[in-house]
Amino acid sequence: MPIEQETRLAGESTGAENAEQASESRHITSPSLKGNPDELRDLEAGLDKLQSDSHRKARIDWTRVILPIAALLVLILAWQFYVSLGFKRRDQVPGPLDVLGQFGALWAEGKAQEAVLTSLQRGVIGFLISVAVATPLGLLLAQVQPLRRAFGPLISGLQVLPSVAWVPAAIIWFGLSDGTVYFVVLMGAIPSIINGLISGVDQIPPQYRSVGKVLGASRLQMALQIVLPAALPGYLGGLKQGWAFSWRSLMAAEIIAVGGTIGFGLGSLLDQGRTLSDMATVMSAILAILFVGILIELVVFAPIERRLLLRRGLLAGSTR
Amino acid sequence: MPVVLEHLGKRFGDGAPVLDDVNATIQQGEFVALLGASGCGKSTLLNILAGLDQPTSGALEVPSDGAAFMFQDSALFPWLTARGNIELALKLADKSGSTSKASRAARTGELLDLVHLGGAGDKRPHELSGGMRQRVALARALAQDRQLLLMDEPFAALDAITRDLLHDELERIWKETGRTIVFVTHNVREAVRLGQRVLLLSSRPGRVVAEWNVSEEHRTDAGRAGELTGTITRRLREEIRRHAN
Repeated sequence: MPIEQETRLAGESTGAENAEQASESRHITSPSLKGNPDELRDLEAGLDKLQSDSHRKARIDWTRVILPIAALLVLILAWQFYVSLGFKRRDQVPGPLDVLGQFGALWAEGKAQEAVLTSLQRGVIGFLISVAVATPLGLLLAQVQPLRRAFGPLISGLQVLPSVAWVPAAIIWFGLSDGTVYFVVLMGAIPSIINGLISGVDQIPPQYRSVGKVLGASRLQMALQIVLPAALPGYLGGLKQGWAFSWRSLMAAEIIAVGGTIGFGLGSLLDQGRTLSDMATVMSAILAILFVGILIELVVFAPIERRLLLRRGLLAGSTR
Repeated sequence: MPVVLEHLGKRFGDGAPVLDDVNATIQQGEFVALLGASGCGKSTLLNILAGLDQPTSGALEVPSDGAAFMFQDSALFPWLTARGNIELALKLADKSGSTSKASRAARTGELLDLVHLGGAGDKRPHELSGGMRQRVALARALAQDRQLLLMDEPFAALDAITRDLLHDELERIWKETGRTIVFVTHNVREAVRLGQRVLLLSSRPGRVVAEWNVSEEHRTDAGRAGELTGTITRRLREEIRRHAN
């Protein structure tokens, strides 16, 4: 039998130094490996060394910093170039320096800080409440089939419904208060986090559940110790999208609902710029909204995602 | 407690039966190799023994605390380290919450040492070789501390040298722990190497059609082992040829 021959050779090569032993092992060999236990341990240790990954030291990759900054510079230069061609009136299309100057003025007044802080605080609080509400709901929907079938389409529908549509209703219910703002943020973020979690759960290899079952996990243990961590990459995608929806809904609510006890956020600043026909203020507000979004992605989500993928060995060959 | 299968049958929906009239008794502490061509329902039978699937007919007697299971690919959880995977198994097996975290950590260390992976406990599954992953999976299966251990072609995807090593390792661990092992494979040589008894399962429907005892003599005498391997291989091929027309 050719297969048997192959193993016998493998066996010989391990205990090969001792020719006597080798001939003896050929004589009485079963299809098992011969050799004393220490040699086998060494063979095993050698294989382990050869076959497993050694850790590569991570170093700072400067292209990560230089490339985005270069791209930004190119865009600003193009903007300045367009403005200097003079197709439009300067008060309608201000240049980068005009906007920077206006933002500086707003900062000196303390308006810029107030707007950014108010909005950021609301966005973060609204997002955290959404996470706390959406995570158990998402797990429940993903794990219990009748619930999923009953409410799944509704949740998907809510995700498609623009949350701005809730603003008029919220104003009637809650008046011009923070309640309105938070309601709109929650209606925007919760469905998208639930959907992200559900699609993450759907992509779990079925074997993980079999393993969990064999290991004797209860329903709750299955959900918390196996399904949730296994779905984490998809869940994180849902969280990112949930944050995006929070931030967008917040801006929409702040632009539409102005006055009352509602504080002064970036959306309010934007609306103020529009009322005063002050294009530099409008551009400042738009850019501030954009940069807060980029900052949250870079400081919060990107490191978590990288770490998550790296630990699972999913980052090799990606362009991140 | 022995494992007893009586007239066990399984069909999925209205299709042809996958298993039909399977009869077998496996004694406590016995190492049984379940041999069959691909698609003969070996894995289905193992899933039924593990309680992952229900038989459609016949009776089944398995230990009431269930069985430990080792899959063809290691099926380790990629978000946990090797140590974390074993610790999770200990935690899930502990229904009454009677073990402390420290005692579980100590037991995990013992299990890692048992499979000679004491130094690799903090590595994640993707950093381990296929053979190392299967050893972690074996340690995890042993962590369940159940008398019956079911193995579904656990070494099929490994290279020859690693597989031979793991055969030795499994035999050693079986002798040390005294588990009852049902080992599914399509590799005749592997079945003869490991099993005290080899059961041949026919294909479509699966049924135990032949059985051989592997004596100590077969393990020490290459000639006898080869003879038995030849006999079983012929019988297996015959079984597969039946389906040619």
